[in-house]
Amino acid sequence: MKFTLSWLKMYLDTDASLEAIVEKLTLIGLEVESVEDRAKALAPFTVAYVVSAEQHPNADRLRVCMVDTGQGAPVQVVCGAPNARTGMKSVFAAPGTYIPGKDITLGVGTIRGVESRGMLVSEAELKLSDDHAVIIELPDDAPVGKPFAELRGLNDAVIDVAVTPNRADALGVHGIARDLAATMIGTFKDKPIKRIEAKFPCPVKVTLDFGSTPLLCPAFALRLIRGVKNGPSPEWAQKKLRAIGLRPINALVDVTNLLTFDRSRPLHVFDAAKVTGNLTVRRAKPGESLLALDGKIYGLDPDICVIADERGVESLAGIMGGEESGVSESTTDVLVESALWDPLNIAQTGRRLGINSDARYRFERGVDPMMTVPGLELATSLILQMCGGEASEIFLAGEIPDTDRLIDFPLSEVQRLTGLKATPAEIRRVLESLGFLIAGSGDVVKVSPPSWRADIEGKADLVEEIVRILGLERVAQTEFPRDENARKPVLTPIQKRTRAAKRALAASGLVEAVTWSFISKPVAELFGGGSTALALANPIAAELSDMRPSLIPGLALAAQKNADRGYPDTAMFEVGQVFTGDRPEDQLTAATTVRRGAARAAGTGRHWQSATGPADAFDAKSDALAVLAAAGAPVEKLQIVPGGPAFLHPGRSATIQLGPKLIFGWFGELHPATLEALDVEGPLAVSEVFLERVPEPKARATRTKPKLDLSPFQPVTRDFAFIVDRGVLADAIVRAAESVDKALISSVEVFDLYEGKGIEAGKKSIAIAVTLQPREKTLTDEEIDAVAKKIVAEVTKRTGATLRG
Amino acid sequence: MTDLKKLEAETLAAVTAAKDEPALEAVRVGALGKKGSISELLKTLGTMSPEERKTRGADINALKDKVNDAINGKRGELKHAAMGAQLAADKVDVTLPVRLPAAERGRIHPVSQVIDEITAIFADMGFSVAEGPDIETDFYNFTALNFPAGHPAREMHDTFFFNPKPDGERLLLRTHTSPVQIRTMQTQRPPIKVIIPGRTYRCDSDQTHTPMFHQVEGLVIDKVSHLGHLKWILAEFCKAFFEVDDVKMRFRPSFFPFTEPSMEVDIQCDRSGGEVRFGEGTDWLEILGCGMVHPNVLKNVGLDPDEYQGFAWGMGIDRIAMLKYGMPDLRAFFEADVRWLRHYGFRPLDLPTLAGGLSS
Repeated sequence: MKFTLSWLKMYLDTDASLEAIVEKLTLIGLEVESVEDRAKALAPFTVAYVVSAEQHPNADRLRVCMVDTGQGAPVQVVCGAPNARTGMKSVFAAPGTYIPGKDITLGVGTIRGVESRGMLVSEAELKLSDDHAVIIELPDDAPVGKPFAELRGLNDAVIDVAVTPNRADALGVHGIARDLAATMIGTFKDKPIKRIEAKFPCPVKVTLDFGSTPLLCPAFALRLIRGVKNGPSPEWAQKKLRAIGLRPINALVDVTNLLTFDRSRPLHVFDAAKVTGNLTVRRAKPGESLLALDGKIYGLDPDICVIADERGVESLAGIMGGEESGVSESTTDVLVESALWDPLNIAQTGRRLGINSDARYRFERGVDPMMTVPGLELATSLILQMCGGEASEIFLAGEIPDTDRLIDFPLSEVQRLTGLKATPAEIRRVLESLGFLIAGSGDVVKVSPPSWRADIEGKADLVEEIVRILGLERVAQTEFPRDENARKPVLTPIQKRTRAAKRALAASGLVEAVTWSFISKPVAELFGGGSTALALANPIAAELSDMRPSLIPGLALAAQKNADRGYPDTAMFEVGQVFTGDRPEDQLTAATTVRRGAARAAGTGRHWQSATGPADAFDAKSDALAVLAAAGAPVEKLQIVPGGPAFLHPGRSATIQLGPKLIFGWFGELHPATLEALDVEGPLAVSEVFLERVPEPKARATRTKPKLDLSPFQPVTRDFAFIVDRGVLADAIVRAAESVDKALISSVEVFDLYEGKGIEAGKKSIAIAVTLQPREKTLTDEEIDAVAKKIVAEVTKRTGATLRG
Repeated sequence: MTDLKKLEAETLAAVTAAKDEPALEAVRVGALGKKGSISELLKTLGTMSPEERKTRGADINALKDKVNDAINGKRGELKHAAMGAQLAADKVDVTLPVRLPAAERGRIHPVSQVIDEITAIFADMGFSVAEGPDIETDFYNFTALNFPAGHPAREMHDTFFFNPKPDGERLLLRTHTSPVQIRTMQTQRPPIKVIIPGRTYRCDSDQTHTPMFHQVEGLVIDKVSHLGHLKWILAEFCKAFFEVDDVKMRFRPSFFPFTEPSMEVDIQCDRSGGEVRFGEGTDWLEILGCGMVHPNVLKNVGLDPDEYQGFAWGMGIDRIAMLKYGMPDLRAFFEADVRWLRHYGFRPLDLPTLAGGLSS
């Protein structure tokens, strides 16, 4: 909402400076977005008289001018504009002046051997227009030495405030002045609106015809002014409109725009000659359309409210008029409309048709119903003043809704909600200066909000008005007491796991990324998602259209992007939401890793100590297990089952589970077909674990750890190498060995895997180290041998292994 | 007597002359072995008279001890010399690089780190952390929060919608973390003190807007908390979060459907030198919105607004991260560029604590 300082001062009598007014506006909730003070920027530019303009001795296109600036002797200025001539008046800038259009500070220069002590400027150089060909020409009577900005009427600051959607009343300068006056920065100048003497009855009648459907127009006031002479509006009106960025059209249209910004009272004017018969306000009929004032044709339907004459639709109610019935310079009889519209319908229609007009903006926020008729009177008086003519009576269809309501307001409410101790007198003064009526004098008063404040519903709104105007800075900081409860952890189990997973993965050398929650539909489908329920109806881009079922694709694509930038070895993770459906419980927290190139668990890149291939399923396995351990999963009990979802390499992937029903996640290398579909280079080693699947730890009554049970006897380790079929799982061998004596065998570790020379094709050698931990006595060689024999027998029995000789 | 002296001189000379352990061993065997010179002398003791044996025996034993000590000494010397020679050959190039420890390679994203920082500050004030789903209903995201149907405030939210279901219900991506206020008040009785961090979405994308971003919301509901408390909490938070002694704040009246009175908060800062410095300067920078919970919101969750009251505030996590740590562009947060992540990310062991400082 833009307005000029002088416009504001029409309704606010104040000596306050522009700066003080601007600060106050922001502090009462009318946030100033910008202040354009052109008088300040253009202050050094003054009116000058060109005493003489002679041909430059060394350049055909230049002239040497002697310029009377009103200060001392004329100065010599070299000028290249074709219109520079003796006897003209123009605008002069002295050396040292900043030229906004050129972004330079002028100095004394020598141009083709002739000294130039200043400049005659074009409109472009002052950023007033794009005209840079000629220097500004001023009327002969322009006083030499006078600031140019003042002469042009630019010495009026333009203030732009952001008005929040609840403050429809502040979409007019009059309302802003009232708000400011309540802070006592000045006095509100609110003159009563005069009734115009009607000369004849309004010949055009209006019917509100909504049948049995909801009424979209509670009231519609119309008046005919006949015998007007339309044309350009007076300079003061044009100046006002231009200052706030509006283009003056003609007097009749300009009046409606003035009222829109002055009183937040949009109006519409019809050329009476182009209206046939009476007007009906109704829903549009299917198939109707309108050529609107913006030159576009809009298709209409019964959800859109229109004003129609006997031939058809003439105007889009409250949004934009029709081209056909619009006023022009030749208009002699004008119908002026001031109506009330259903805000919701205006908002919906405007949105559907894509029309953003100043009228729509105000009607959808709610205009003051009580201004419907007075607004028409104000417009009439301006039209009569600018265009002459005589006014009819006002025809009012429908009725002005009653906005009266009473709020029981305990004055203590201010302190209850804000802590601010305002006196009853202060509270009264603020409310009354904002137009509220107060009845009663006790601790609880009755307050009636003014008709222009539809946003005021109850006590809390009144409290806001009071603190807003008295100043939020008066609300003192009050220490917030920590309650007496014992300090307890504030994170939920899933929050703790999320945190732990992030730290564990970062501590494993991976870099945390945050990628979009939505991915493209084909990619979502590739990872088991892409259902209709999880597709956005209005995505901003095709590649951000579906809620992600997995974090792998986002990370895989990011890894490729990094590779394209020259960083092929990346280990990244994300811990974030994935979606298996659209219910809250379908949202899971995945902890996902992607390793690319030589970003292995042991270290990144080539290294002199070890030959490194690309990251593989085992790097991914180590990441998955790190997350699960950090999240509190029973790591030693987990089952690693070969194979996983279809997007993984079938031979180089596994599912991590605790029985077939409790699947924690998976790891492995991406399937080559997945890589191809994602258009990324592989191999990529990935893991994904769902943190919600980790069982919650049992609540414990004490933090004491279980007693440490140490055996006084030496543990003994024996190594065994088995030859088995290639398909036999190492895990099967380990479990077979463990099963021999669970009490005695404390660990079984695989320490070697060998295939190749010396081993039959299709077979492999797996070596395990079995540690025996006696608890009652030191083991004898015989006892150790006996256990070893049982181990060999059990492994052989379960896996078909032979002991390697 | 002279024979012993001679033998001693010869033997000790041989010990000194021994070049290595085998040579020394030969000397030892020659002197002290079964048939060694000194051993042979000892054997002669049996044939002597007791007096002779007494003096002669003592002399021979002394000689034996002397030779023994010399050999042991020499053996130590030889061993030391041999080890020295061996170690001199066993040299590594200590300038060869080692692998960077994993904890030095990994990084925590600034969003995670800042959430941890915020949590540390508010946990200290007695707040717990609440969360809710990203996919929300119109009720939780708007209606329960007092957004009237069709109100322009809804339009300001640029909502991502899902396709309508057969029953007409249209789910959406939450446009703010405020729906969790409703979910919290529905499941928890006052007093309530929570913060709500999370991902939020708006279909908007430019230099300063991304379709996905992070917010943190605060909510207090009890029977006494007012605007003065809210101001105190926010001031304490800003001082702790930005790690400065003082922060000047400006509260401006504003509008949110779910709070009344509503305010936006600016903090004073100096942006003249390419970085933001808080607690100095003359610029005002908007950092959050807040207000007293609207009576209609309390009614919507079954709380009597004449009995219960409280406040809520919300701010952009990405935004305050940018302000604190100086990232110039919001979009880079979600581009997963490892160069950016390594530079602006945090080490996994940089755990924000109030005891050790939020950032180190």
